[in-house]
Amino acid sequence: MSDQGIGQRVKRREDVRFITGKGRYTDDINLPGQAYAVFVRSPHPRARIKTIDASAARNAPGVVGVFTGKDLAADGIGALPCGWLVKSKDGSDMKVPPRPPLAIETVNFVGEPYAVVIAETLGQARAAAALVETDFEELEPVVSLAEATAGPQIHEGIEANRCYDWELGDQAAVDAAFAKAAHVTKLEFANNRLIPNAIEPRAAVATYSAPTEEFTLYTTSQNPHLERLILAAFVNLAPEHKLRVISPDVGGGFGSKIFVYPEETAAAWAARRTNRPVKWTADRSEAFLSDAHGRDHLTTAELALDAAGTFLAMRVRTRANLGAYLSTFASSVPTYLYGTLLAGQYRTPAIHVEVEAVFTNTAPVDAYRGAGRPEATYVVERLVETAARETGVDPAELRRRNFIQPDQFPYETPVALVYDTGDYQASLEKALKQIDYAGFPARRKVSEAAGKRRGLGFSCYIEACGLAPSQLAIQLGAGVGLYESGEVRVNPTGSVTVFTGSHSHGQGHETTFAQIVSDKLGVPFESVEVVHGDTGRLEFGLGTYGSRSVAVGGSALIKASDKIIAKGKRIAAHMLESAPDDVDFDEGVFAVRKTNKSLTFGEVAFAAYVPANFPEDLEPGLSEKSFYDPKNFTFPAGCHIAEVEVDPETGVVVLVRFVAVDDFGEVINPMIVEGQVHGGIAQGVGQALLEHGIYDESGQLVTGSFMDYCMPRADDLPSFEVDTTVTPCTHNPLGVKGCGEAGAIGAPAAVMNAVTDALRVKDLAMPASPERVWRALQAA
Amino acid sequence: MKLSLTVNETAHELEVAPNALLVEIIRGDLGLTGTHVGCDTSQCGACTVEMDGRAVKSCTVLAGQAQDARVTTIEGLGAPGNLHPMQTAFQAHHALQCGFCTPGMIISAIDLVKRADGRLDEAAVREGLAGNLCRCTGYHNIVEAVLAAAGQM
Repeated sequence: MSDQGIGQRVKRREDVRFITGKGRYTDDINLPGQAYAVFVRSPHPRARIKTIDASAARNAPGVVGVFTGKDLAADGIGALPCGWLVKSKDGSDMKVPPRPPLAIETVNFVGEPYAVVIAETLGQARAAAALVETDFEELEPVVSLAEATAGPQIHEGIEANRCYDWELGDQAAVDAAFAKAAHVTKLEFANNRLIPNAIEPRAAVATYSAPTEEFTLYTTSQNPHLERLILAAFVNLAPEHKLRVISPDVGGGFGSKIFVYPEETAAAWAARRTNRPVKWTADRSEAFLSDAHGRDHLTTAELALDAAGTFLAMRVRTRANLGAYLSTFASSVPTYLYGTLLAGQYRTPAIHVEVEAVFTNTAPVDAYRGAGRPEATYVVERLVETAARETGVDPAELRRRNFIQPDQFPYETPVALVYDTGDYQASLEKALKQIDYAGFPARRKVSEAAGKRRGLGFSCYIEACGLAPSQLAIQLGAGVGLYESGEVRVNPTGSVTVFTGSHSHGQGHETTFAQIVSDKLGVPFESVEVVHGDTGRLEFGLGTYGSRSVAVGGSALIKASDKIIAKGKRIAAHMLESAPDDVDFDEGVFAVRKTNKSLTFGEVAFAAYVPANFPEDLEPGLSEKSFYDPKNFTFPAGCHIAEVEVDPETGVVVLVRFVAVDDFGEVINPMIVEGQVHGGIAQGVGQALLEHGIYDESGQLVTGSFMDYCMPRADDLPSFEVDTTVTPCTHNPLGVKGCGEAGAIGAPAAVMNAVTDALRVKDLAMPASPERVWRALQAA
Repeated sequence: MKLSLTVNETAHELEVAPNALLVEIIRGDLGLTGTHVGCDTSQCGACTVEMDGRAVKSCTVLAGQAQDARVTTIEGLGAPGNLHPMQTAFQAHHALQCGFCTPGMIISAIDLVKRADGRLDEAAVREGLAGNLCRCTGYHNIVEAVLAAAGQM
């Protein structure tokens, strides 16, 4: 096997440009004659726009134009759509408030853009934006999630600010199981609002060619084809074939760059309107206000157990905050990515979940790393740990008693998923050994002797990744298919150019996908180039989110490579005067079985393009594509254990150790996978201990900068201890499951289970800030 | 106003606005886009460059303060085939993912190693890099890379 093939710790080729300052991010792109866009944003959480007087701004130095929502509407620019239709339990469709790219009649969250200034320089655009005089009629905002349905109606025709009231599972069976339970554990908690904060802010550079009516839009998107599809089909910016969307190097996404936002829409439109290239880059303050936020649930959850500690049923009621409008995939997050995961790793036979999703006058909430699955894991794993404490059973033992067993797969859960494979106890036992679980009481004694508290917490999470079988997703309300495209183009000299509809914004696909194709075709790693992120270079793609890239996009490349090999065998058979069925392909060589006749991959590639001796019924060339539609979700799972030490004097929680044992199925590049886990854990620990997006009662975002929103820094975290177990995915050709979100999914529950263990309290709100911890200790 | 400074060993004479920031000069006038802007409150460190032998956040330095200064950006640190040990270590230890914080992180890390005078452990690296935000790596591999590079600088 090649030392740069599947399973090898290949160094990333993209690093060479990043470590030398030669990355090319959207804001690095400057076009001749470009003007700059600055958005005028609402200072109010809810207000009617009475008049906008832009005359002073229009007359300011360097101003090319000032445009409002009415200008876009007059030009036929439509509202930004939500791509997933969820139905309420009564069968009615979810309520969708129109979201014009620039607000027209009302503004509904602080930071919502309602006008844009285009000027010769950024400074001139900023100065002019401050001159836009707007007369607002302030309206009473809805800020509190708990009181959202009782507040004033935000959107016309949407009663009680309720988008939908969704349920999943068998309520009667759950009620019956609770009636005979020996023990019920109940928790009520919030899943705190998070602000994604990729370090690269969102940006767009748009240009329009009037003679050809073609747009080119460079933007920070995780899925440029979806951006193009939405801007063409729904927003009416331009037909798809006249709109090229390029996502160059993108500096992190974590979900927040999946969505189609007002800013790149308006910037692209303005490029046509002003006949100038238009550039917009968010500053961090704008990012805090206008990027889609994550999480923000209020939940009541109950677990029923029998006297032996067997889980009988689970009942979950959640209110999910959608913010002021439905962002691109917002509706799917607290439903199909949340309720369906509530079985966790356990045989709980009956589960019922109700989710009421509501609008508030806050920034839209949508998918953020994990997207629904961290919230589900938090519910399940906080319940299980609490039940163990309440019933006096070791939390590891209670989990063992209830795990789905390896011989029970495929396993159909009561919440609509069929897990294909897994071995949950294997991950648990490995993690217990790594943390030295048996030694914990002694470590706790040492801490207590020093006046500290010490706690240990588990999180045995599961996630559904590799979104998703298209027909199933569309049946459940998805507006697009969820396959992925891949093209393997063999060049005449035998090098290979790979095109993938997945998008890399830190995941290292240029390396991983080259490993896959190099391994499969037996060509040197250096001879495989990976192209992504440009609708002008690849035909279609659904992009990267939900840990789907290798499971779906990588599978498409395997399928395309299979077609290359099949055609190569026909070419080789003809040249070697044999039958295709007698030709084997291995390690880059086509060989006729039981003979010494063979051709290299390069020789066959050359023959395909210089077809001197070629099958008559075969077209020349050697380039194949595949659209791979997954047969099922993949189900990464694992066991995370956190160990914390708390200083009762200050309330400071120190994360002492974090062990993660994950089952991602087969692993293409262990180095990259470990890096993904590290980053996910950091974000999960951030949610548990540091991060919280807070609006005050008046609807102002009080955590609107890095000085107020506590991002995890190097000295907040320990080094992580990560390991894997492997049960290969049964339904994709690589046996992979996906690794991008596991850390963020597993970590919050593990850390909070450890913190509550240290404090000996039933529950504590996230983030477990020193003040909250100190107060909890004083109250105890 | 006129500004004279040397960036990556090249002397420049520029006409700049009095309120221009060093990072704007570096990215705009000089086209050195390896230095990034990740925030507007001097909190993220993506814009860190070396100025007169010290790491500075170039979003917090007025261009005028860089008069006659010698500035090194990520582009001046080393190129493929002739990389600085810190650049090599970042790749070898997978200390970057999206790459956006990387230039500032590398410049800060070099400064940290220089100032540490051979006394650097994990805790010191974590404390020393607390002014640079990374959202991708969880810092685990960055710490490994810095400790590895420290032995080779």
